[in-house]
Amino acid sequence: MEGLERILREHAFFEGFSAEHSQLVSGCARNHLFNAGQYLFREGEPANEFFLIRHGRVALEIVAPGQTPIVIATVGEGETVGASWLVPPYRWTFDARAVELTRAIGIDATCLRGKCETDHHLGYEMMKRFLPILVKRLHATRLQILDVYGKR
Amino acid sequence: MAVPPLPDPLVPQVYRVDQVRRELSDTVTLELTPRSGSRPTFEAGQFNMLYVFGVGEVPISMSGDRANGAAFVHTVRDVGAVSGAITKLEVGATVGLRGPFGTNWPVAAAEGSDVVIVAGGLGLAPLRPAIYDILANRRRYGRVVILLGTRNPNDMLYRHELERWRQRLDVDIEVTVDHANPDWHGHVGVVPALIPRADFDPHDTVALVCGPEVMMRFTVSALRDAGVPADRIYLSMERNMKCAIGLCGHCQFGPTFVCKDGPVIRFDRIADIFAAREV
Repeated sequence: MEGLERILREHAFFEGFSAEHSQLVSGCARNHLFNAGQYLFREGEPANEFFLIRHGRVALEIVAPGQTPIVIATVGEGETVGASWLVPPYRWTFDARAVELTRAIGIDATCLRGKCETDHHLGYEMMKRFLPILVKRLHATRLQILDVYGKR
Repeated sequence: MAVPPLPDPLVPQVYRVDQVRRELSDTVTLELTPRSGSRPTFEAGQFNMLYVFGVGEVPISMSGDRANGAAFVHTVRDVGAVSGAITKLEVGATVGLRGPFGTNWPVAAAEGSDVVIVAGGLGLAPLRPAIYDILANRRRYGRVVILLGTRNPNDMLYRHELERWRQRLDVDIEVTVDHANPDWHGHVGVVPALIPRADFDPHDTVALVCGPEVMMRFTVSALRDAGVPADRIYLSMERNMKCAIGLCGHCQFGPTFVCKDGPVIRFDRIADIFAAREV
């Protein structure tokens, strides 16, 4: 557990996190190794874990029936995958596939949500870290939708 | 001995299309040599006015190596009547050409510093002469980072050249696309998102940025967030250039004329009006 706690504290997402909170979160954490092509999760599945990428790259994909999946974003080292664990009904809204060998820490969502309910300071710290990520991705998505490289 | 008079900047010189290379379905690179004499020297970032006889004239940035070749190299995308006519020119055709005009990338002033080059789509073309200059004198610079954003993997300009540059151990090149199929193994996302991941010293960096204006706005914001000072960020602006010598006012951008005071403009000089509408 000490090893996981140290890894968590070294991850960019938890920069500045208190030792107490790191210990709490590490109680919900486990190591993952995904081979290239392996899915972290699929759209519609319960969002019962989110991932901190330690190494590698993950593609977020949307699939339309009968069509090739479209990669909408890639996420790499120091970044996180998944926010649906925060919002009911806690189901993934896209697929996440390892593009290359990927090492990640998975945080059990039920466990962490429970700890956040019990300790609102922890919940607030988590929100302060997740909200900027969500806002950045929203801005990036807006820019993608603009199709700035297309013909006007 | 009498010095020959400089050509009138408003009178096109006749150039011959020596080579046509199709880059993308709607984009070509032309090599143009003068019918008489040699091509003028130019600086990275400058542009020429290309005139298709009977159709019209458009400003196009130089995209070739200024240290090599007897031709002007221009990469042109079919986005209108004149640019469309240019992309249909064949070897042996003639065009009118005025130039070079405008300001240049601060390639010499950036010596000793890290250089971050951010290109979006066709914005790589005006930056390519600067990349040639920097790579030719690589030891004079700190870290060199090239970040390219494009619509999808098939729309990547100068793919072979990018692959060649990527093999160098002294340049960091990252390419991101707006969307892709699963067989693409690179980044997917917008080019400003690559900036926080890039390795450079923000306090000793010169940033060169060219692409659609919206992309440049987000890129400047990411560079500023990373700590790059406003007076070390340079943009290549695009406006409706006509005379190209600051007389007609068509390209006026606040107090500046993009043809004469630009196209390469230091960001702090336009920061107040950069995001303003209707400017």
